[in-house]
Amino acid sequence: MLETPEQAEFGEAVPIVEATGVSKRYGATVALSDARLRVLPGESHALVGRNGAGKSTLVGILTGLREPDSGEIRFHGEPAPAMADREGWRRRVACVYQHSTIIPDLTVAENLFINRQPLRRGFIDWGTLWRDAREVLDRWDVSVSERSRAGDLRVEARQLVEIARALSYGARFIILDEPTAQLDGEEIKRLFAQMRRLQAQGVTFLFISHHLQEVYEVCQTVTVLRDARHILTAPAATLPKDALIEAMTGEQVSFSFADAANRKAPTEGPLALEVSRLRGEDFDDVSFSVRPGEVIGLCGATSSGRLGVAEAVAGLGPYKSGTIRINGAPLRSGDVPSALALGVGCVPKSRHRQGLVLTQSIADNVTMPIANALGPLGFIAPARRASSAKNAIETLGVVTQGPDQLVSDLSGGNQQKVVMGRALSSHPSVLVLIDPTAGVDVKSKEALLRVIENTRRDGRAILVASGELEDLRVCDRVLVMRHGKVVAELAAGWSDNELVASVEEI
Amino acid sequence: MSESSAPAPVAQRSMVAQRTSVIALARLRDLALLPALAVLLVIGSIISPVFLTSGNINTILTSSAALALVVLAESLVIITGKFDLSLESIYGIAPAIGAMVVLPAEGFGFGFEWPTAIGILTVLIVGGLVGFINGFMVVKLRLSAFIVTLAMLIILRGMLVGATHGRTLFDLPGAFYGLMVITLLGLPLAVWLSALAFAIAGVMLRYHRLGRALYAIGGNPEAARAAGIRVERITWGVYVLAGVLAALGGLAITGYVGAISANQGNGLIFTVFAAAVIGGISLDGGKGTMFGALTGVLLLGVVGNLLTLAQVPSFWIQAIYGAIILGSLMVARFAGGQSQE
Repeated sequence: MLETPEQAEFGEAVPIVEATGVSKRYGATVALSDARLRVLPGESHALVGRNGAGKSTLVGILTGLREPDSGEIRFHGEPAPAMADREGWRRRVACVYQHSTIIPDLTVAENLFINRQPLRRGFIDWGTLWRDAREVLDRWDVSVSERSRAGDLRVEARQLVEIARALSYGARFIILDEPTAQLDGEEIKRLFAQMRRLQAQGVTFLFISHHLQEVYEVCQTVTVLRDARHILTAPAATLPKDALIEAMTGEQVSFSFADAANRKAPTEGPLALEVSRLRGEDFDDVSFSVRPGEVIGLCGATSSGRLGVAEAVAGLGPYKSGTIRINGAPLRSGDVPSALALGVGCVPKSRHRQGLVLTQSIADNVTMPIANALGPLGFIAPARRASSAKNAIETLGVVTQGPDQLVSDLSGGNQQKVVMGRALSSHPSVLVLIDPTAGVDVKSKEALLRVIENTRRDGRAILVASGELEDLRVCDRVLVMRHGKVVAELAAGWSDNELVASVEEI
Repeated sequence: MSESSAPAPVAQRSMVAQRTSVIALARLRDLALLPALAVLLVIGSIISPVFLTSGNINTILTSSAALALVVLAESLVIITGKFDLSLESIYGIAPAIGAMVVLPAEGFGFGFEWPTAIGILTVLIVGGLVGFINGFMVVKLRLSAFIVTLAMLIILRGMLVGATHGRTLFDLPGAFYGLMVITLLGLPLAVWLSALAFAIAGVMLRYHRLGRALYAIGGNPEAARAAGIRVERITWGVYVLAGVLAALGGLAITGYVGAISANQGNGLIFTVFAAAVIGGISLDGGKGTMFGALTGVLLLGVVGNLLTLAQVPSFWIQAIYGAIILGSLMVARFAGGQSQE
């Protein structure tokens, strides 16, 4: 842990935004606890922290969308406007979110002046609209046509239009929430160049990113949040990468089960899963194998290809060449029913998109992959369905009124347990888990990780594709992917810094 | 069917009232129409002494049988998360083509004069074929189900008018009227057929993996696919089944009317959707039961019967019919407590 002295204070400048003692709770969850942030005019300030550290809550509070339970926000030394005063907030701060707020079927000009178009006798004055839009775009060096359809712009150009729109309201403090997540290398370079130009014109940025390299590239100051608390604020130049990663990860979370480092991975016996020279849309030449009773981690950034590999193994996604063998039998590309038949179970990436039918009951969801095995001729015997669902509810510890409850009524953690139950229902010999603990609370996470451990002891082969360190902790080996290739293999016992550095390429 | 089903739901309702769980609420949606149906029955017995006689109930069931089959077909499609507007045209063209392959040229047929059995089989094949084409365009070509089937509705209507030159087909072989002429325990075959179809569909939807798969696909096709359900194949199959059921409905109405006019089924799809939605089938897909759909059909059947018995001037029947559909929708909405998407 690293507690820096207040060396971040540069002279006497009045901060463009200063948050002090900000706390926010949602029910029993503490989203922010006595957090602070101090951004000086003209700097690019990085806000980093892992998922759930409180970044998005802080952004919500800084943009006036959420009211803090306690604490104070000041802009230029003056108290923040009232919550209802949207205009007032818009003049002081704007946030460019990861999900674009641009309306794709309107022109750039209309997007810039949405709901405040210049009028003449109650109708939109198009001449003035085009002229005003051009003026705004020119002033902030955004080289797109004001008449082009916003949806046709590249992601990066769309972000610039959003920034220009924010600036045209008068705000000079812009929050960029993971702006690089959907950009490739060249686009990131162009975005950064534009950020520097705007900075020179007096615009201040709060930059949120998971990629630490980018933080060092464009930011002068870094603030780290962890577990809803402010950890440190320091000039980027004086903060070594190791210290930054340590500040982000903190002490290792101690879970109540054995770390994979303390056990011996099976080294002989047949291979349950064998992937060789697998090539697909966003991955190439991936080979690895998993034995029964072994857990292999697949780690990497979102665009690293780990998702594509895991989905190919589960039959969810296609592959172009190479082979996947399940207990020796080859798996066809993108065919879930035959993957199931070969003994593959899967927790897909997004429980809402692929994991659950929210309008159906727990019993229906859990038994979906085994519906043909619950009675004669495809009929589902209610008693067998209920007992199968009850079994899942008990082994996974789902908090529910019963198997007939709709999954839409469950909390996120319990929903994720149902997805896990669905994956396990067919008693798979190979289990593919994609982000198995994404977006669940700590207790559910622990329960889910314990299920993984128990499943391993049962002698199943498990592939965990995840970006979360805790998920990977239970793995005997972790394969790190970058740009579609496996670039490193870490045996259990790696340090967080080691893994993060390997993933982030620093 | 309604004689036996009327007391049972009341018993179910009191059971539901005792349970306060979420599950009971979800089931309440299916029973939401029963109060409306009960009110109509009371009004009916006041308006006309003959309303509750077995003869009149027989009339209601007989006149609802054909609609019931199409509502069943549409409900299956909607539960799967799709639409099929063309069912009303299948309802007209399938029996017409079946008749025309049998009828001689001077009876406005094609002049093939095939055996009657083949004619009846043709009715079902035409229905299934149209469903197959719909399914191909919606599932394989990924076209909008709404527009594909709307276009199909128009095409088939046009083909029917074109093939018959707008004339009405009559003097059909007796088998074409069989569903209405043959009776069992006093009720025509069509009523038994609809009841059987609803019963089978109800059991399949509740206790068979294919039925559960329809809900899963309608609720979240991505999740269904990830669970190993063959989403495309099943959706396509539902379109084919819906086509066959609509053709069967067309055959039933042919027996009821005694002839096939070129506009048989014209405008029926609105009534079909009305029955399904007030019966609790969600247009979003993935929600609703056969029991609910059946109450929707019966409600519309009772309303139509009441309007006739009350001697409402025929020019006003449509306006009142529409108003009552709207009213039932509201009753169902507030009794069911859920918004209808």
